[in-house]
Amino acid sequence: MKFRGRAWKFGDNIDTDAIIPARYLTTSDPDTLAAHCMEDADPEFVKKIKRGDIIVAGENFGCGSSREHAPIAIKAAGISCVIAGSFARIFYRNAFNMGLPIFESADLWGKISDGQEIEVDGDRGNVTVIDNNIDPVCVQPIPPFMQELIEDGGLMKHLSKKRN
Amino acid sequence: MGMTITEKILCEHTDLKEVHPGILINARVDIALGNDITAPIAIAAFKKAGGRNVFDRNKVVLVPDHFTPNKDIDSAEQCKVVREFARDQEITHYFEVGEAGIEHALLPEQGIVLSGDLVIGADSHTCTYGALGAFATGVGSTDLAAAMLTGEVWFRVPDTMKIVFQGKLGKWVSGKDLILHLIGTIGVDGARYKAMEFTGETVETLGMADRLTIANMVIEAGAKNGIFVPDEVTRDYVQMRAKRPYRFYTSDPDAMYADVLNIDVSSIEPQVAFPHLPSNVRGISQVGDVQIDQVIIGSCTNGRIEDLRIAAGILKSRKSASHVRLIIVPATREIYRMALKEGLMEIFIDANAVISPPSCGACLGGHMGVLANGEKAVATTNRNFIGRMGHPGSEVYLAGPAVAAASAVLGRIAGPEELIGNR
Repeated sequence: MKFRGRAWKFGDNIDTDAIIPARYLTTSDPDTLAAHCMEDADPEFVKKIKRGDIIVAGENFGCGSSREHAPIAIKAAGISCVIAGSFARIFYRNAFNMGLPIFESADLWGKISDGQEIEVDGDRGNVTVIDNNIDPVCVQPIPPFMQELIEDGGLMKHLSKKRN
Repeated sequence: MGMTITEKILCEHTDLKEVHPGILINARVDIALGNDITAPIAIAAFKKAGGRNVFDRNKVVLVPDHFTPNKDIDSAEQCKVVREFARDQEITHYFEVGEAGIEHALLPEQGIVLSGDLVIGADSHTCTYGALGAFATGVGSTDLAAAMLTGEVWFRVPDTMKIVFQGKLGKWVSGKDLILHLIGTIGVDGARYKAMEFTGETVETLGMADRLTIANMVIEAGAKNGIFVPDEVTRDYVQMRAKRPYRFYTSDPDAMYADVLNIDVSSIEPQVAFPHLPSNVRGISQVGDVQIDQVIIGSCTNGRIEDLRIAAGILKSRKSASHVRLIIVPATREIYRMALKEGLMEIFIDANAVISPPSCGACLGGHMGVLANGEKAVATTNRNFIGRMGHPGSEVYLAGPAVAAASAVLGRIAGPEELIGNR
């Protein structure tokens, strides 16, 4: 599991209302939700990102509501993975259930600047900062059960596989 | 080694003899809940996975309450998806507008969730039911889909944080003030991934409404669930509502706790959470002069009859300030009916309040009270994130019903003591 893209930085406690405001929850269409991804945290976000880019945030990313629209919006906007100091519990579940890769790293946020290109090696559990001489930064490896979910393509596909 | 009440309930819903923090389990669910925002995604996932019938039509609960009565065509379409699924599947507990209410007020009131249950809901405030001594937690739509299909859901057994409330509550201090004070103390991720177990001499004196308010907001500290060990207050509440067996669990004396936090409540004054985090809490004496445009009294946090009684007690023979829009949202039909019978509605109308039908709309900036740029609201709801109640430039101040009602009259954030003293 490898991802390469520009890193877009956000602070601590980015809540689900910031990721996808409730005023857009009259639909669950991924493309519509993607058009408003992170709107209340950074109104320019969807204009500046390219497919494959990465969100790098502080502590407690995704706190607040249980809306799965949040990981749906992030995934549909073309973000390849999210790296945060920590994740709120329901967002953490939802991301794996949806097949959106997420990683925890206490150190990465302070070592990169906004828009800098990074490469994430999910198997080795590290992040390389491109055009920078610093050593690769550790990310916490994904627990085996979660890896199984992502490899199967999310919870529902995992269940189908188990039932068959 | 002993188990906490949370561990015991989880264990009882598996085939294991004991469970301990950190292990992954598959657990049987007693109730799986969805609403008009989250259920459509779950229904689509359920069908995509080849689901034909839900695992138990008595255990899947569907409550269209967020954007209802339908606020626009898109929300009407979402409700239609839920309604048609409920009909097709012959869901016992589906609530149409008119008999419905805000889900987390409705389910305990109707005896649909009971002590000892394992409840999941595709809504983060599902944790409310911990007040009854149930394990209840919010999940996403895909987890709900899996539960509708299999009747099971996976969990990592959480560590438990014990909160011991001691001392006597001040006159105007309620469950809302206790939970806001606690979130202010430990932060919005202070209980991340953990169970919060509430105990202590103060808890024994709390009625069910206050307990429901406290359990409701544990998610605002990042907790997986909040729980109260059932007692006589629980028994009085549950036995008149239950239509099936329920069970009281308790924590073992030698159960292990990750943290124990002792809180002396006697010095706590009414609390206000300033924008834009529920942890940004100040005592009412430290608020300063904050002029407001709107007051909302309602929601799954504070829309119960006890909350409306507190508000009415303050609003009686008074009017909301001329620049304040006061919106009252009884959380369920039964609460609405009781408020009518008790004469509370007349007090609200005389105070120039508008009374909304039961709906989550205002709390999440959906409808029935959306804020414009620069506007400030005092709300008895649970979140004050940027843009939560409308324009990203608006501000939400969270408080209990007493502060909300007094603020409506005075036109700025203020405590009831300022208005009517400490009687």
